[in-house]
Amino acid sequence: MPDTSRIRNFSIIAHIDHGKSTLADRLLERTGAITPREMREQVLDSMDLERERGITIKAAAVRLRHIAPDGDEYILNLIDTPGHVDFTYEVSRSLAACEGAVLLVDAAQGVEAQTLANAYLAIDGGLEVIPVINKVDLPAAEPERVADEIAAVLGVDPSSVLRISAKTGEGVEELLAAIVDRLPPPKGDASEPLTALVFDSYYDTYRGVVCYLRVVDGILGTGDPLRFMATGENLPADEVGVLHPKVVPVAALGPGEVGYLITGVKEVGRIRVGDTVTRRDRPAQKMLPGYREPKPMVFSGLFPTDGDDFEGLREALERLRLNDAALVFEPESSRALGFGFRCGFLGLLHMEIVRERLEREYDLDLVATAPSVAYRAVRSDGSEIEVRSPQDLPDSGGLRRVLEPFFRVMIITPTEFIGTVMDLLQEHRGVMGTMQYLSPERVELVYRVPLAEIVFGFFDQLKSRTRGYGSLDYEPDGYDASDLARVDILLNAVPVDAFSAIVHKDKAYEYGRRLVERLGEIIPRQLFDVPIQAAIGSRIIARETVKAKRKDVTAKCYGGDITRKRKLLEKQKEGKKRMKMLGQVEVPQEAFVAVLQIDAD
Amino acid sequence: MRTDQMRTEVPAGDVLLADAAAAWVGAYVHIPFCRRVCPYCDFAVVEGQDDLRSPYLAALIAEIQREPRFTRPLDAVFVGGGTPTAVDPVDLGRVIAALDDRLGLAPDAEISLEANPEDLTPRVAAALADQGFNRISLGVQSFDPVVLQALGRRHDPDMAAEAIVAALSAFPSVNVDLIFGTPGEAVSSWRDSVERALGAGVHHLSAYALTVERGTPLGRAVQAGAPAPDPDDQAAKYDIVVKAAAAAGLDRYETSNFAMPGHHCRHNLLTWAQGEYAAFGNGAHRHRAGTRSWNVRRLDRYVERAADSAVSGDETLDPWGREVERVALGLRRAAGVVAGRAGGALLESPEGRRLLDAGVIGAVGDRIVVTRPLLGDEVARTLLALQPGDC
Repeated sequence: MPDTSRIRNFSIIAHIDHGKSTLADRLLERTGAITPREMREQVLDSMDLERERGITIKAAAVRLRHIAPDGDEYILNLIDTPGHVDFTYEVSRSLAACEGAVLLVDAAQGVEAQTLANAYLAIDGGLEVIPVINKVDLPAAEPERVADEIAAVLGVDPSSVLRISAKTGEGVEELLAAIVDRLPPPKGDASEPLTALVFDSYYDTYRGVVCYLRVVDGILGTGDPLRFMATGENLPADEVGVLHPKVVPVAALGPGEVGYLITGVKEVGRIRVGDTVTRRDRPAQKMLPGYREPKPMVFSGLFPTDGDDFEGLREALERLRLNDAALVFEPESSRALGFGFRCGFLGLLHMEIVRERLEREYDLDLVATAPSVAYRAVRSDGSEIEVRSPQDLPDSGGLRRVLEPFFRVMIITPTEFIGTVMDLLQEHRGVMGTMQYLSPERVELVYRVPLAEIVFGFFDQLKSRTRGYGSLDYEPDGYDASDLARVDILLNAVPVDAFSAIVHKDKAYEYGRRLVERLGEIIPRQLFDVPIQAAIGSRIIARETVKAKRKDVTAKCYGGDITRKRKLLEKQKEGKKRMKMLGQVEVPQEAFVAVLQIDAD
Repeated sequence: MRTDQMRTEVPAGDVLLADAAAAWVGAYVHIPFCRRVCPYCDFAVVEGQDDLRSPYLAALIAEIQREPRFTRPLDAVFVGGGTPTAVDPVDLGRVIAALDDRLGLAPDAEISLEANPEDLTPRVAAALADQGFNRISLGVQSFDPVVLQALGRRHDPDMAAEAIVAALSAFPSVNVDLIFGTPGEAVSSWRDSVERALGAGVHHLSAYALTVERGTPLGRAVQAGAPAPDPDDQAAKYDIVVKAAAAAGLDRYETSNFAMPGHHCRHNLLTWAQGEYAAFGNGAHRHRAGTRSWNVRRLDRYVERAADSAVSGDETLDPWGREVERVALGLRRAAGVVAGRAGGALLESPEGRRLLDAGVIGAVGDRIVVTRPLLGDEVARTLLALQPGDC
């Protein structure tokens, strides 16, 4: 069992593109974990999808062997953290497995909101933070300015900020020395009952669920009978090991150590991130703090374009859930779209990833309804229901009030954009919290904003209004009553449930008008006039008519070429097939996308 | 009442003629030469290349001499283009003689020729009649100088009127082609064109909607932002010609074709009846023994290959595909088509019932007719979407 004084557990906190993966590669290389020849770029990002998006969804933990200049040997456990705001909970669990964090900031870009949020998360968790400026080799680097900014934000001496280039390797030795010197070793008692924190898990086709954990007290040995305290699962420790980053099974993991555990379980849902593992035969009395059930924040209906694919969609969702415990779904039927599933996601990125995987990996053609947040409706009798779909909202008669989820939104922007960013937040019903200057050039704004307002394209708007310099982070901040209404769309006098949305009353008219207008452009002319109406209850608030088409015939000289005409018609027919019949009306797929793009501003 | 919504009884004579045409055989001869190519035209045509005329005519005759015989002589010959009147009438006569020699001409065969008004002087008309042509189709397109200019035509309204007079005195059957819906064409201009054509006493009228084809100068202009024909405008103009033609005693027997009794274009009828026709010349399409095939489009390649075979592609549909084609083609006629398997499947299908409910198609006895011809492609697409198992 290694001496805890020779262990350092740490994460790297960085914004996308600030060089986290490059630094991880460099650390692996310098500590001999892999030879440069073996090194693929960005080892820690394993999924193709993550690679394409340049983000890391699933954390991983790598054990590095470091020999200090004085000859002492240390175990450095590098624990990766997800890089997106949808996965804040996972980040917090990864950080809980560490004593320290390397805060990596791009020398040209400076501190970003998300980095800052995670840095605060680390500091609040009692972690020692080593601030590091990366990419000092770049011509655009401004290490002085960025060092001052970091010092101001963290309340540290600018001289304590390290300067490195992960790309060239400059300063990496100094960083390794700082990890050993500045970060505290883990505390823990091998004689205590076992407590180990599950901070991540993933699904492996051959091995089933692999969980990453950090032993706090006690010893976790191969073959031990284990209990997962939150879920109550009793499972054996089939295999325990560490990643070098190659898998190396070990006999046991002691206090302060980080490694993996395989139990033979095939469903990720049975093992929860944040859970505490103990021994069944000598259980701990108390769970480690901070466990939370994964809670979906955004809901959307997913329907197969071809009704025959319903079972295929169910299977695909079940398989995705194997390695995505945060994904929830239940069957839903829509008058317009037939049978599908109402799915819950951690956030928009999560939703997009799931949808893309369904279409790419499972070859499904899907229609997604507009995402909706989880409202709460209080009925007149005082009972409360969760509203995951606009259809769940009771009629105004039976309704006392509707509560909507609010988020605490943190934005960092160059000072020149303060006005426009405040306008943006105002338009999205944001309520100002605090404003803090990080430096003379950059400011942090904290607002309270309804989640529904940031679900639709908010991030893109922020980026465009700040010419790409604004950054954003957010976290749940409770529920509050709001003046909300369901706007329904009637096509040819028949309500189309897939087009309904819950909208703030101040924005309902504008929303209805714009959606009806857009649908009027998208829906092709049919054999008859098609009225498109927006309504709140029985009140029509907007109306357009798609006039019946009058001419749809080739009235020209064919010159005997029947084949070409038929091929043209067949091509048009294929386009027709991709349309969805809503009652008597043919609606192209893009109509459903249009709903996502309507913003009442 | 709008004409496109009128439910018309099918005239019995028309039905007999329409169905009889399935047994006819025809020949199409392509003359690709034009003095100027019209900006909307996407046929296999050339401007200039006069040095290729003699070799082309030789190649045409060689191709005709190689053609397998039908079981009966030709009921219809159609010489189209391009501009057939850009070629000497004597040369066109040699082509007709070659067809007679190889495939035979029925005693009552329709021998039709396309002509541009600026070419058809009384002398030329008489010369063409001498060569055996008994029907002429004049590319008048419009009587509005502004529209004619927009269409890139070389004649003016007076030339068109004179050519019609010349044609009527030389040929027993005269057709005029008109194009409607050119951007900038006023409704009154179109009405005037229709009335002048009908007023001149022509026996047959083809009214085509200006259609933007990719790769043509018009197609490129529209892509670059020039105004495109407006389908609603074209629909209104279609209604105008349908009414005016009926008033002048010309029945609409196909989507775009109107004829006095006895003047229906036989070549046209056999095409829509899924009849067989041979075809000669570059880019020409034929239909023989259940196979559609077509020649190379390029003039020089055609001349090179005509001694051997100029065919560049073919298509043979499976039995269901042919049945669908039979109904789709037949539905372009006012007489409609015997429903058969594909028509039956159409009437049974939910999509077909929608079309019935919307008054786009109707069932008359064992036939189906398109009662709103302006929506004909909607019907054709629905037919093509049917599966053999649907019936």
